[in-house]
Amino acid sequence: MSHHLVEARGLSHVYDDGTVALQDVSFRITHGESVAVIGANGAGKSTLLMHLNGHLRPTSGEVRIGETPLTKHTLPAIRRTVGLVFQDPDDQLFMPTVYDDVAFGPRNQGLPEAEVDRRVHEALERVGFWHLRARPPYRLSGGEKKRAAIAGVLAMAPDILVMDEPTSGLDPYARRQLIGLLGEFRHTRIFTSHDLDMVLDLCPRTIVLLEGAVMADGPTRDIFADDALLSRCRLERPLALQACPVCGTKHD
Amino acid sequence: MTPVAGLLDFRRLDLLAAGDSALHRLDPRAKVIVTLVFIVCTMSFDRYAVASLIPFFVFPIAVITAARLPIAFLLHKVALVLPVALLIGLPNPWFDREVMLQLGALQISGGWISLLSIMLRSLLAAAAAIALVAVTGFPAICGALERMGMPRPLAVQLLFLYRYMTVLGEEAVRMTVAREQRGGGRPLSIRLYGALVGRLLLRTWDRAERIYLAMCARGFTGDFRGGPPSRLGRLEIAYVAGWCGLLLLLRTQDVTQWLGAAALGVLR
Repeated sequence: MSHHLVEARGLSHVYDDGTVALQDVSFRITHGESVAVIGANGAGKSTLLMHLNGHLRPTSGEVRIGETPLTKHTLPAIRRTVGLVFQDPDDQLFMPTVYDDVAFGPRNQGLPEAEVDRRVHEALERVGFWHLRARPPYRLSGGEKKRAAIAGVLAMAPDILVMDEPTSGLDPYARRQLIGLLGEFRHTRIFTSHDLDMVLDLCPRTIVLLEGAVMADGPTRDIFADDALLSRCRLERPLALQACPVCGTKHD
Repeated sequence: MTPVAGLLDFRRLDLLAAGDSALHRLDPRAKVIVTLVFIVCTMSFDRYAVASLIPFFVFPIAVITAARLPIAFLLHKVALVLPVALLIGLPNPWFDREVMLQLGALQISGGWISLLSIMLRSLLAAAAAIALVAVTGFPAICGALERMGMPRPLAVQLLFLYRYMTVLGEEAVRMTVAREQRGGGRPLSIRLYGALVGRLLLRTWDRAERIYLAMCARGFTGDFRGGPPSRLGRLEIAYVAGWCGLLLLLRTQDVTQWLGAAALGVLR
């Protein structure tokens, strides 16, 4: 049995105020896949992510992680399997030092302190950050905060990484660095993003949401070639696939 | 920095707590116990006590020096309690007019003396508490209280209170900046003030919820586990015994009088 599967079956979510955020969403993401969930603002991307980690309960349908349905009883195990990185790292970094923050997850798992230390060391090395361990998170730059937040999730040794808008708010260099880092991971990865060039770099597969429903699910290249679909979903081709603004020639 | 931000500038305290001195390394429980004993001792004097309170300053001063804490920053934090203490003690000189001290022609009533006593005690308690946070860190204090028998939900509540105070402070700073930007230097009207405070509450609420979600996502279940576990060793026992001994001595014996008598003896 693989823990790395993520499956949604007929997933729907209606918020208390009556807003329909997800309608009959189904997909199956298998071991080691890297998948982007894209869509306009309010298309339901963040609501979908909140379901993968059990923060929201489906109004109907179900989420399965590995072969386990997500229920109240399986929640702790599932939160160990699915690592969720929030859009705003400030929401995630709340301990006084980077080290303590990265140690927060492993300590909650009840690991012995030697193992916690090993995990923290490994996670911080992974994001190239061990030398900054004693820093308070609020003294870090935007890109560094993002990395610290990712390290905090990596330290829990998840099988599946779920990230909400990983590149938002980063300068071009920090963005490029982060894309490089994310490309090295071998986890099953799910990203939401408006950064379609990042999607092109990192995700062979893309799911397009519109008003809470899946409009397309397939190879990223095919989806970005479908201009009619993109414009209907208030999206556009990534810059890398648009004609060169200087000479007008196209890639591909 | 706005007053709100100044009041809520706890991050620097967190940073200080990450320092490394013999005091920092002590088990948090030892430090919490001594601080509690200290506060009980100073609070249990009678309402006109002034001279006998002075020697108690030795405790916060010793902690601050031993842990090499920045004294100016801490004084600034401690001074924040003064207006509150003043407000509490201010009615005393009106109600308690009995003359207790005669300095030449100047008659000092009991009310003024008890006001001074209240201010001294507030300073002592604030200094001890802030020094405790600065050498221990708030999460570790909550952990210590829990290990000493405080119900877990209460300890976790305390911790959240602390964490959300900084969140509130940060939101307040952002809103103040945004208002000043377009405020044209005009004073804040009551109506606007109400709108701002309401907005602040809602924003903080949202943010607090996101932080809580992020904690849950990393396996938080209501158990707070901070730092490597420490234990009460010989050092801790010596620390508690030493300070409690000294504090009880200061509380039960009139040390100021001894010192005065000794000084007079030397002069003679």
